[in-house]
Amino acid sequence: MTTSFLEVDDLRVSFSTEDGVVRAVDGSSFSVSQGETLAIVGESGSGKSVTAQAIMGLLSRRSADISGRVVLEGSDLLALDEDDIRRLRGDRMAMIFQDPLSSLHPFYRIGDQLVEAVRAHRKVSRKEARDRAIEGLHRVGIPAAQQRVDDYPHQLSGGMRQRVMIAMALINEPQLLIADEPTTALDVTVQAQITELMVDLQKQTGTTLIISTHDRGVVADMADHVCVMYGGRVVEYGTIDDIYYRPAMPYTQGLLASVPRLDSDRNERLDPIPGNPPSLINLPTGCVFHPRCGRRSEVRGDLCATVEPELLEIAPGHSARCHLTAQAHAEEVFGAR
Amino acid sequence: MPADSERVLDVRDLQVYFPVRSRGVFPRTIGQIKAVDGVSLHVEAGKTLGLVGESGCGKSTTGRAILRLTEPTAGTVELDGTDITHLSRHQLRPLRREAQMIFQDPYNALNPRQTIGSIIAAPFRIQGVDPPGGLRTAVRDLMDRVGLNPEHVNRYPNEFSGGQRQRIGIARAIALRPKLIICDEPVSALDVSIQAQIINLLQDLQNDFGVSYLFIAHDLAVVRQIADRVAVMYLGHIVESASREELYTRPLHPYTHALLSAVPIPDPEAQTQRERIVLGGDLPSPLNPPSGCVFHTRCFVAQDRCKVEVPFMRDMGDGHQVACHFPIEEQRIGEVIHGPNSGLTEPIKGEPGYFSESITDLGAVGTTRLDSANSTDEGI
Repeated sequence: MTTSFLEVDDLRVSFSTEDGVVRAVDGSSFSVSQGETLAIVGESGSGKSVTAQAIMGLLSRRSADISGRVVLEGSDLLALDEDDIRRLRGDRMAMIFQDPLSSLHPFYRIGDQLVEAVRAHRKVSRKEARDRAIEGLHRVGIPAAQQRVDDYPHQLSGGMRQRVMIAMALINEPQLLIADEPTTALDVTVQAQITELMVDLQKQTGTTLIISTHDRGVVADMADHVCVMYGGRVVEYGTIDDIYYRPAMPYTQGLLASVPRLDSDRNERLDPIPGNPPSLINLPTGCVFHPRCGRRSEVRGDLCATVEPELLEIAPGHSARCHLTAQAHAEEVFGAR
Repeated sequence: MPADSERVLDVRDLQVYFPVRSRGVFPRTIGQIKAVDGVSLHVEAGKTLGLVGESGCGKSTTGRAILRLTEPTAGTVELDGTDITHLSRHQLRPLRREAQMIFQDPYNALNPRQTIGSIIAAPFRIQGVDPPGGLRTAVRDLMDRVGLNPEHVNRYPNEFSGGQRQRIGIARAIALRPKLIICDEPVSALDVSIQAQIINLLQDLQNDFGVSYLFIAHDLAVVRQIADRVAVMYLGHIVESASREELYTRPLHPYTHALLSAVPIPDPEAQTQRERIVLGGDLPSPLNPPSGCVFHTRCFVAQDRCKVEVPFMRDMGDGHQVACHFPIEEQRIGEVIHGPNSGLTEPIKGEPGYFSESITDLGAVGTTRLDSANSTDEGI
């Protein structure tokens, strides 16, 4: 196996609150190769945003308890101190947030914010930085970038602001770009514009992209690999075809089946996953999904409620955290002998 | 038009304008935001009308104006045969039994200082209705009906998850067995695995009580699941309305085409083979809507006529109505069509889908755009 570009190994993040310890990420492991797109899929509270923030070094060590390893091209990001990670952030790695309005400073012109992003990492003159800012805005499809560079964020629409965020993230040509729900706050037609833009830009620059989202349609558009998270864990990982055409974990299957979609035949009733997502303060024992799982009875014994399953490779490059698939896999391997 | 007694709701030519006032000691009205500009729709008994559109298109304002939570500027709203447009608040009160609302955000729609029991009992109290078997039983039955544990009757909203809170809102809405419920984006704030539960619940309630829904949403896949008829709104106007099958299999308005193609399909292969339209720019400002057809600034089949002549709603057969001069009959599979001024690619001469004139007014609220890109000589 080739060494991966980014490797996240047993990442754990917990926050102490008045109500107890919130285990936001509880053993998340995955890897990304250079130039590919990984999608992290999950509902709110599944730990996808916290994973992204941990990789970017955005979590304060004072409030969050972080363990595990995040290795970017051989160096462990979690071992770096604040100044070192600051040097990386915005240069070799960058992030796009969900809400472009609260991510841009309302009092500064967008041009000045872009110039600052350039000059923080590159020794260039103001003039040159401004030229780069205009070029960056032009690249993300902002019309009349020459004039627009002097606008304030409130003068732009939501879609345009998200384009500015993308321009800012890409301005120093990062090798790794993390996009946290980049299209969720946008209308569908604008969402289509932004998705297309990100795919185009990635083709041009060869940036490695991690996109976290709950919209499986966006994932189908963009991703090479998919990582499904639930209750702070990676519960399934595979290529996009693995996840969409051969989902192994009952949660992934349930997600695909429960959402109304435009292409399939319309059923009179949807087939929802029962119950609610787990509380991160008081996670279920055993498999985190077992209280909502419809296929629990197919597993021998009451393993699901007592023993937490491992993330097991069930086919090359396709792994799942589930007793059911582990059982089936074991039967296949041992039964053949 | 057949005199249809089956109509629970009949809205004709509804307009809601919000005045824009100048600053200063003596504010003058300097303009009007035409949030809803001539909307006509109707909902039949026991059926669901889906009202879809992007944010800012006026769909929520339409819903609020129907219940007179926002006062309509003009037009009529008939609820179950009674014109309620000019009734006083006092006269309106008994009619509120017939029409209820479910809101988008279940966190802000419930009073945090009231218990669930008292929230669900409120409609009975306000309307002075004595339910058979007593209030307590009625509340418990309602909680049971929407899938809440009746033992939680004394808990407060903050103890419930988003999906459960939405169930509380639904219990309150169905308490008086209304004929019509206006659902304003009832599932868009919920997690995907919870959305299906709520949609199923709404469908079950319709089957049991025969309630009608005006289902306002931006998610076309959700609307396809629940609606019998669908109306598409753009910038204060309904641009197309048809039965569910018609609208999803044979859309006519270019905006409907664009909306449908923008919804990503969770199937990587199908995704590459479908019609794809990327509209340029943003929704224009309702303060200064485009002339002629309001969609012409973003339309990929617009011609000169669209800039001057307002298209009226016309029937294309089987109750499929569209307000467009050049409705699109066939889909272009596997092709990517860019609307004018999408700013993503350079225009290629002669390629279909390019607007023939330069665009100068695409201004969204508070913006001015000075670009004149994409001049090619050929339109469609």
